[in-house]
Amino acid sequence: MTFHGKIGLIDRQIMWNRLLAVVEEQAQVLQRTAFSTIVRESGDLAAGVFDAQGRMLAQAVTGTPGHINSMALAVGHVIAHHPLHTMKPGDVFIHNDPWMGTGHTNDISVTTPCFAGDRLIGFAACNSHVLDIGGMADWTSSTDVFMEGLYLPIVRLVREGVVDETLMAVIRANTRQPVETIGDVYSLLNCNEIACRRLREMMEEFSLTELDELAEHIIETSRQGVLKKIAALPKGTWRSEIALDGMDEPIVLKAALTIADDGIHVDYSGSAPMTKRNFNVPFCYTLAYTSYALGVAVIKDIPNNAGSLAPRTAFAPEGSILNALKPAAVISRAQMGLMLPDLIFGCLRQAIPDRIPAEGAGVLWNINARGPRTSPPVFGDEFRVGVVTTGGMGALPFRDGLSATGFPSGVRGGSVEIFESMSTVTVWRKEYRQDSGGPGQHRGGLGQIIEIENGIPETFIFGNNLERLRFPPRGAAGGHDGALGSVRAATRDLTVKQLHDIAPGERLVLQSPGGGGMGDPRERDRAAVRRDLENELISAQAARDIYGYEP
Amino acid sequence: MSSLRLSSDVGGTFTDIVLQEGDSRWTAKVLTTPAAPEKGVMQGVAEILALAGRSLRDVASFVHGTTLATNAIIERRGARTALLTTKGFRDVLEIGTESRYDQYELALDRPAPLVARPLRLTVAERIDARGKVLLPLDEPALHAIAERARAERVESLAIAFLHAYANPKHEQRAGEILRAMVPGLAISLSSDVCPEIREYERISTTVANAYVQPLIDGYLGRLQQELRERGFVGTLALITSGGGLTSIETARAFPVRLVESGPAGGAVFAAEVAARLDERRVIAFDMGGTTAKVSLIRDFRTESARLFEVDRAARFLKGSGLPLRIPVIELVEIGAGGGSLAGVDHLGRIGVGPESASSVPGPASYGLGGARPAVTDADVALGLIRPDGFAGGAITLDPEKARAALREAIGAPLGLDDETAAHAVYEVVCENMASAARAHTVERGVDASDHTMIAFGGAAPLHVARVAEKIGVPRVIIPSNAGVGSAVGFLAAPVALEIVRSAYQRLDRFDPVAATAVLDEVGREIRAWVEPASQGAPTQETRIAFMRYVGQGHEIAVSLPLRALTDADGDAIRAEYEATYEAHFGRRIPNAAIEILAWSVSAATAQDRPKAIAPVTTRIPARPGGSTRIFDGRAGAWRDVHLYDRAALSPGSTLSGPALIAEAETTTFVTAAFDAWIDAAGSIVLDRKGAAA
Repeated sequence: MTFHGKIGLIDRQIMWNRLLAVVEEQAQVLQRTAFSTIVRESGDLAAGVFDAQGRMLAQAVTGTPGHINSMALAVGHVIAHHPLHTMKPGDVFIHNDPWMGTGHTNDISVTTPCFAGDRLIGFAACNSHVLDIGGMADWTSSTDVFMEGLYLPIVRLVREGVVDETLMAVIRANTRQPVETIGDVYSLLNCNEIACRRLREMMEEFSLTELDELAEHIIETSRQGVLKKIAALPKGTWRSEIALDGMDEPIVLKAALTIADDGIHVDYSGSAPMTKRNFNVPFCYTLAYTSYALGVAVIKDIPNNAGSLAPRTAFAPEGSILNALKPAAVISRAQMGLMLPDLIFGCLRQAIPDRIPAEGAGVLWNINARGPRTSPPVFGDEFRVGVVTTGGMGALPFRDGLSATGFPSGVRGGSVEIFESMSTVTVWRKEYRQDSGGPGQHRGGLGQIIEIENGIPETFIFGNNLERLRFPPRGAAGGHDGALGSVRAATRDLTVKQLHDIAPGERLVLQSPGGGGMGDPRERDRAAVRRDLENELISAQAARDIYGYEP
Repeated sequence: MSSLRLSSDVGGTFTDIVLQEGDSRWTAKVLTTPAAPEKGVMQGVAEILALAGRSLRDVASFVHGTTLATNAIIERRGARTALLTTKGFRDVLEIGTESRYDQYELALDRPAPLVARPLRLTVAERIDARGKVLLPLDEPALHAIAERARAERVESLAIAFLHAYANPKHEQRAGEILRAMVPGLAISLSSDVCPEIREYERISTTVANAYVQPLIDGYLGRLQQELRERGFVGTLALITSGGGLTSIETARAFPVRLVESGPAGGAVFAAEVAARLDERRVIAFDMGGTTAKVSLIRDFRTESARLFEVDRAARFLKGSGLPLRIPVIELVEIGAGGGSLAGVDHLGRIGVGPESASSVPGPASYGLGGARPAVTDADVALGLIRPDGFAGGAITLDPEKARAALREAIGAPLGLDDETAAHAVYEVVCENMASAARAHTVERGVDASDHTMIAFGGAAPLHVARVAEKIGVPRVIIPSNAGVGSAVGFLAAPVALEIVRSAYQRLDRFDPVAATAVLDEVGREIRAWVEPASQGAPTQETRIAFMRYVGQGHEIAVSLPLRALTDADGDAIRAEYEATYEAHFGRRIPNAAIEILAWSVSAATAQDRPKAIAPVTTRIPARPGGSTRIFDGRAGAWRDVHLYDRAALSPGSTLSGPALIAEAETTTFVTAAFDAWIDAAGSIVLDRKGAAA
């Protein structure tokens, strides 16, 4: 078939649509068959299709931004380690190297070369967050990557259709949840298989023998589309910084964002150096959230692929906390990475103030709990459960921020009933936290207040790896800050990032941060203040003192 | 009693009425009267009875489908509703899933909850995940709730406590007390409406039930009375979202089950056609004015799902609506219909839908002021629809207006001539529908290439052959009466109801006694609801366990035997689960434990399946009524094709694509890949050329 002329154009569009449908299907299969709670309930996964050179052509929208550019690069790493000519039909590669995958060992990447007969036509790749990969697994105390569990370099998991049982046995032996983790590996294998089959079918339907021209079309059209959007932006360099809790001392991240004709570049020079703690960020993850922040703010509806991602570049000096080197501890890299959109928005707000929100809660407020299933405890019979919760988003220049919404991660919150059915704890309260949304002409979204107690007379362990307990989401343009997050138990302050014992009868109280406000609260529409008051989202005192509201 | 049966499908624009007696069928379409839908229904009923020369007194049964519940939710016209929930959880309804359905939109819209915060009331009580009481219900506090309800003029109350599916006592007690204290207050309990785990979906479903209950109650009361006054002495039944008929009493108790019953009728219609033609593996394809719907029919049965979203803030985007956990026909719906608008985005990509031209102004070719090209305009420009005689001659189409709209929106920006632009729109909309069908079949673990498509809805016959080519379907059937398919389907629906209840078990510690107890209890409950509607007709029970590997999130339905379970059933259930899992996802998971999350019992009257009709033995080449020119996009040229008049074709007539078969309401496009023939029932059957018959 020809790629020239009018029909070629239509076919190329149809095939592009097809690839976008294929990767969604791939992601759906992954999510439906996953064992890991955060994958199946919250969509912490990625799936994509690549050409035979390893250039990403389509990535599922289902999934989290942390995998956006990182998965795209992962396939390149696979090819670098296993040259194309060594790949055979039926081969599948696996790895969880944080620097060649998506930033921590809990994310397992699986890459499947797709063949038509014995000809390599492209790749299907995916990854998902497994519940346990060994190591300390407490999210707070590792000090190098070797304490963070099994470390899989890029190796063949399946050789010409035969699963490497030795490798499977090694994985099984290195996790506290062997059945679930192995189940997730199978789930990753299956979804790639489906993507390869679809790719083959499409090429047969359109009589293609290789994807090169289609790839060129997708990549070039997308790249041009992004450049066109960038062309409409003001040019220049804008700087911003953000302070985060960190652990021993605050961590300051800095960015200089340059909009030029050929792309947007973010330079993180001047950010804090890497630390002994576990929230160092491999550069692939920095790039992922940089790409995402620019995507959601200015690029929006252009699908992610090698072409649309190319004009978005970043730099952080080696040894920076945003370009941490092996063997830095990285398991909690999301604590920094999820804050990059707010940092980048700090730059963009100066350039295009009409569409950039105030700061938000940023990180997810995951409640990680573990403890004995019974009283008295039986050795080895422990539950280990996490539930995803969230704080508020920052207000936009034209409307209120969303309350209790996961941004930028986009993962779904978990069900209290499911959380309780998998553990011994009781959640006594989970509702909006009054006055937590940063006041402004447009109010920040509200955080939540959550109270938890053990349902059996035993201690349970809560791991605090939360952010925004010392530095609140900042308001903008005269808007006030969102409420600071807090973690307490009865009379104790549990702000410190570590494991905390929660005694029987003691109530753990978490208050997630609210989003920052936008504009002067005294300028807020009076009807909106009254509605907030009626809904008890703000107190009478806040209405009077902050919003200047006279009933 | 005569065998005269009546059905009505109240849609957004039209109310379809079908009257049937044996093999005779009368159909009518009247405008829907949104303020009082029963008026439109009664008018249509009067018209059709006059047409048939019969009276309402002669009608044995009347099956009614309504979008009233759906519309009340979408337009927020339901009752003044309050929610009573467990203290500490007043915001579950609004917090929802805490996610963003569109990752690249900062200013997301969410549908407003049906109950605003001031009317989300709480009471101290708590039951744990195992059904144990942690904190007794604070009964004295209910006095304040009752007072509040009276003061706020609350008409309907949803009571939904945490883990009420595991232990309904607190909900029942609170309902009892409040019913006594606030006479006339409608009350919905989550443990009745949706006894399943996951608080957001359960509360949302219960609230929706409470929200529409007074409205549906009043409507059904008025309808019943009107019918009685006009001499109706037969039985009145409602169609549910699950595709079954239910009594007025059940509909009044669980009105949320009436949401989305229209598409259910369409799927039941397809199942009926499948049975008549003895097609066991079917993809039902319904393409109308604004959407296309795809569902699977296996062994003449529709498939059901357990979660549905209503009032999506972003059309067709999963997660943007209010979740309802009710049994629904499993189908995928996308924004692809005759009225779907086409355009070019900033990357030069042609997009079709979900935005629709609706009936006003309609596609450009209607000449009613529409300037943007719709799918129908592309069909006109390609020569697939003849300008005269569209929609039974109601509208004369203007091909020049269609071409002009295509030129401006598609042709000019991309440098394509009018016909190629039309071809591109046609291909894109077919691809979109093929993708939806492909995703749906994969999700259900089936292979499209051994299925038959049954197509209905006005726009389906024009596009189905191309969609079938794309997904590898070898046979397509276009039945007659496809235009009022839903209302015809209602008449074929069995009396049926399904109740799902969460009750946890690990299969490796299988407890057949506990399982049997749950199933028997739900079975008794379901029979109490179904028997008044089935009127002595024998019912068939079906029992299902929803299972998954421990740790997974997606459940698979496994059928259970209709008897007390024994220890030995554990192994049989495991084998059945693993076989189903493998069929869906390729590989079973070695050594993984399996758990049962929920149990479902449904009861249905035996369906009067039409007998499969005898195959046509003699085939005679049909005589074309003339010829017409269509644009062949692949070749980039116009070509002459035969044009047939469907009414002139008789069973056994054969013809070969490319060809058009015209009829009053639509046109069937037989692509070059297919041969066509007419079966004994008058259906058009397309068979892929060269495929084994």
